Amino acid sequence: MKVGVVTFPGTLDDRDAARAATHAGTTAVSLWHNDADLKGVDAVILPGGFSYGDYLRCGAISRFAPVMEKIIDAANGGMPLLGICNGFQVLCEAHLLPGALTRNHELHFLCRDQKLEITNNQTAWTTSYKVGQEIVIPLKNGEGSFQCDDATLAALEGEGRIIARYVGENPNGSRNKIAGITNERGNVVGLMPHPEHAIDALTGPTADGLAFFTSVLNAMVK
Amino acid sequence: MALDTVAIAQANPDTNQPFAELGLKGDEYDRIKEILGRRPTSSELAMYSVMWSEHCSYKSSKVHLKQFGDKAVKTDALLVGIGENAGVVDVGQGYAVTFKIESHNHPSFIEPYQGAATGVGGIVRDILTMGARPIAVMDPLRFGPADAADTRRVLPGIIAGVGGYGNCLGLPNIGGEVVFDETYIGNPLVNALCVGVMKHSDIKLAKAAGAGNLVVLYGAKTGGDGIGGVSVLASETFDATGPAKRPAVQVGDPFVEKVLIECSLEIFAEDLVVGIQDLGGAGLSCATSELASGGSGGMKVELDRVPLRDATLSPEEILMSESQERMCAIVEPKHIERFLEICKKWDVTVTVIGEVTDGERLEITWHGDLIVDVPPRTVAHDGPVYNRPLAKPEYIDRVNAEVINVPRPETAEQIKETVLKLAATPNLADKSWVTSQYDRYVQGNTIQSQPDDSGMVRIDEKTNLGVAIATDANANWSYLNPYEGAKLALAEAARNIATAGAKPLAVTNCLNFGSPEDPGVMWQFAETVRGLADGCLEMGLPVTGGNVSFYNQTGAVAILPTPVIGVLGVIDDVRTRTPMSFDRAGLELYLLGDTHDDLAGSEWAYMHGQRGGKAPIADLQREMRLIDLLVAGRTSQIFTAAHDLSQGGLSATLTEMVLRHNIGAEINIENVGTTLISESPGRVVVAIEPAKADAVLALAAKQKIAAIKIGTTGGSSLVINGADIPLSQLRKAHTETFPRLFG
Repeated sequence: MKVGVVTFPGTLDDRDAARAATHAGTTAVSLWHNDADLKGVDAVILPGGFSYGDYLRCGAISRFAPVMEKIIDAANGGMPLLGICNGFQVLCEAHLLPGALTRNHELHFLCRDQKLEITNNQTAWTTSYKVGQEIVIPLKNGEGSFQCDDATLAALEGEGRIIARYVGENPNGSRNKIAGITNERGNVVGLMPHPEHAIDALTGPTADGLAFFTSVLNAMVK
Repeated sequence: MALDTVAIAQANPDTNQPFAELGLKGDEYDRIKEILGRRPTSSELAMYSVMWSEHCSYKSSKVHLKQFGDKAVKTDALLVGIGENAGVVDVGQGYAVTFKIESHNHPSFIEPYQGAATGVGGIVRDILTMGARPIAVMDPLRFGPADAADTRRVLPGIIAGVGGYGNCLGLPNIGGEVVFDETYIGNPLVNALCVGVMKHSDIKLAKAAGAGNLVVLYGAKTGGDGIGGVSVLASETFDATGPAKRPAVQVGDPFVEKVLIECSLEIFAEDLVVGIQDLGGAGLSCATSELASGGSGGMKVELDRVPLRDATLSPEEILMSESQERMCAIVEPKHIERFLEICKKWDVTVTVIGEVTDGERLEITWHGDLIVDVPPRTVAHDGPVYNRPLAKPEYIDRVNAEVINVPRPETAEQIKETVLKLAATPNLADKSWVTSQYDRYVQGNTIQSQPDDSGMVRIDEKTNLGVAIATDANANWSYLNPYEGAKLALAEAARNIATAGAKPLAVTNCLNFGSPEDPGVMWQFAETVRGLADGCLEMGLPVTGGNVSFYNQTGAVAILPTPVIGVLGVIDDVRTRTPMSFDRAGLELYLLGDTHDDLAGSEWAYMHGQRGGKAPIADLQREMRLIDLLVAGRTSQIFTAAHDLSQGGLSATLTEMVLRHNIGAEINIENVGTTLISESPGRVVVAIEPAKADAVLALAAKQKIAAIKIGTTGGSSLVINGADIPLSQLRKAHTETFPRLFG
């Protein structure tokens, strides 16, 4: 199975995402922002970083990259798509996911080992987890506070589309401690913390993040 | 202003020139006239003024720094030595590692965020310029008192700047220092270290060889920022009442630099450059003159081709601008097409601005008029050399004679109070408030970062080869005895590498001092260099490069002499490193190394307003045996954990160990009033499985290092000679300081 990892100018975690995908047993394929070709991949990851320097708004420019047109089409057709951190921001800007990510409430960039609770294991990227499972993976961003209007929040809650919540103190002021959400279909997931930095205990706080990448393999094999 | 050309300079030899305003002294100006056989044009004057500044020319330090050459260690490990953008060290398996520290002190005081950010940007470009992929950064920082109003102004901005730039480049921040002392008020120190990795064959040098090869400028457009940064800012003492110097601070854009890094690495991978130089201090003046003198000397540059952000800039300003995120490459004509293609792929602005000639002069034109015609070596390397007067300051004997008289913790209550006070004092308190603003995970190879003794990154995923880096300075000891202070900082940095089990390999340094025009400061500097050179020779560690920052003083008050020493080590398998703390109960704790009544320069003495006494004398032979012990212990997997003792002594070390994984310890020590707070160098606490006790004692005996059992791990308190300190209380004391001070 082939997982595409997109590099925009300013993307930082593309190698890490590719490493995680490889670790999980998939084949990572790098996709360039300026290509309008998905090279036959079965799933796509939009990795973290500061694409286009976060100019204008985080993700606002990347959303218009040529490769995104194909990705949006494929995602609308059911292709698994994971946006991590800046990738989550791009997904919101591209209207594949609702809401927006705003400045952390304490106004600092924050990097820490973050405890999450998985709250939906029915998406393409979370089937390897149990509902209620607590995991620790790195959180690192300056604009990670998830915001949306009350109606959207009610819909996300009502439809079980919140896939992970922060446990303990709210690190960034996200509504309802939201760390990640999915679309109605469950193929598109946006996640603020970084599972690709937690694939082994040598380089990450834990290996808890790897299951996001094995999940998508399972989803495709099924 | 009318254009000043070589022809005009020849025709009008007596024109008054503003050399003093540009930071040149009268005799230096006369020397330029002598070299050129005429007065310089205004563009030439601009170039000489920035290149002959203290910051670029090392004119006050050169006579001392040459000791690093005279006392050089014989080694095969050094692939590129002092003089290039950064030294390069062989770490085995075909890998070469380059690392360097630079200061960005003055700009960070004036404009904390941009000053610190461009400090990171500059050192990263130095590493990139060697052909290496930058893989990590570190930031040794020093500030005035933690509760001073100006510290609250500069510290948050500097931290945000280091983070803002480094995070956006995708470089993990793997360590550093945050130290407070009243002498740094008005002169905060922002030192930034970068480390990069490459294969041996990928090393690049700043050299413009081959007539007909093209001079290519790529990266950001040139603007009016940072004009004269090195001469005006970095090379003068701050005048408390002087005008604001903010226009001389550069403004950075890390996104442009990130793209520049990836673009450059792609260019290097295809071997498209003959030589390369980044544009940092002194901008184009530096890049063109250094590249030309690295080759045969001849180069022609059409300055009007330089892409500008501000079309009104004069040629002098273009030559002096320190706009960030620019590189200058020498490219063979047959490779230029591919070079331009790669730049286009990354949307990087690129312009051919000139070519290498077979002459010996650097000639720069402006719309066809010759405005610079100089032998490039005279600009880049033949700057003035000062043998400045030096004299042992009168304070030395006076403070050395002082006897430290501080409260000694003897009762359980006093022990508890001392441990809690040391845990909470700003110099020793938990630095998470700072380090959580830095990305330590990006690139996925970080093995250790703050609060570990050293930073460690994996450089090969298959073999698990890694490098470790630590930076250290103990300015209190350097103040009391700069010669020993430099050796002690070197020993501490090397020990911090070795506690994890890595083998120290090479040294870099950033020497931060007051004004070289003060004979006392100059003596501190000379003693420091002598100590460091002697120390490196004795320990067999080559010095790969360094940086000198003078003029860190306001009025007559200089900072403490602050030599920041960085040591690079190698570890053959990062999976086998010794962690800094224990995660389980039932382990035995041993203190390795002798403890003496070393309170001079200690944190406990500083907290009681006492800075006097005699600094310890470095015993580098013993330090080397301790390092061998630590590396051998790691190789044979004897240690479960190991942590260095330094500022705050045993008290601080135990605090950090028990809080790391929230596992307590019960400690029993003799002579607690000294043992708990002394800062005797050359000591480490190790945690071992009880079954390994004989192995540790045997190893210690072999290396003639004292080893005494001081306790066992377990419980929810740190108990010292019966004084019970609950971990929750200790954690509260340790972690509340920074949020309370800085929000």
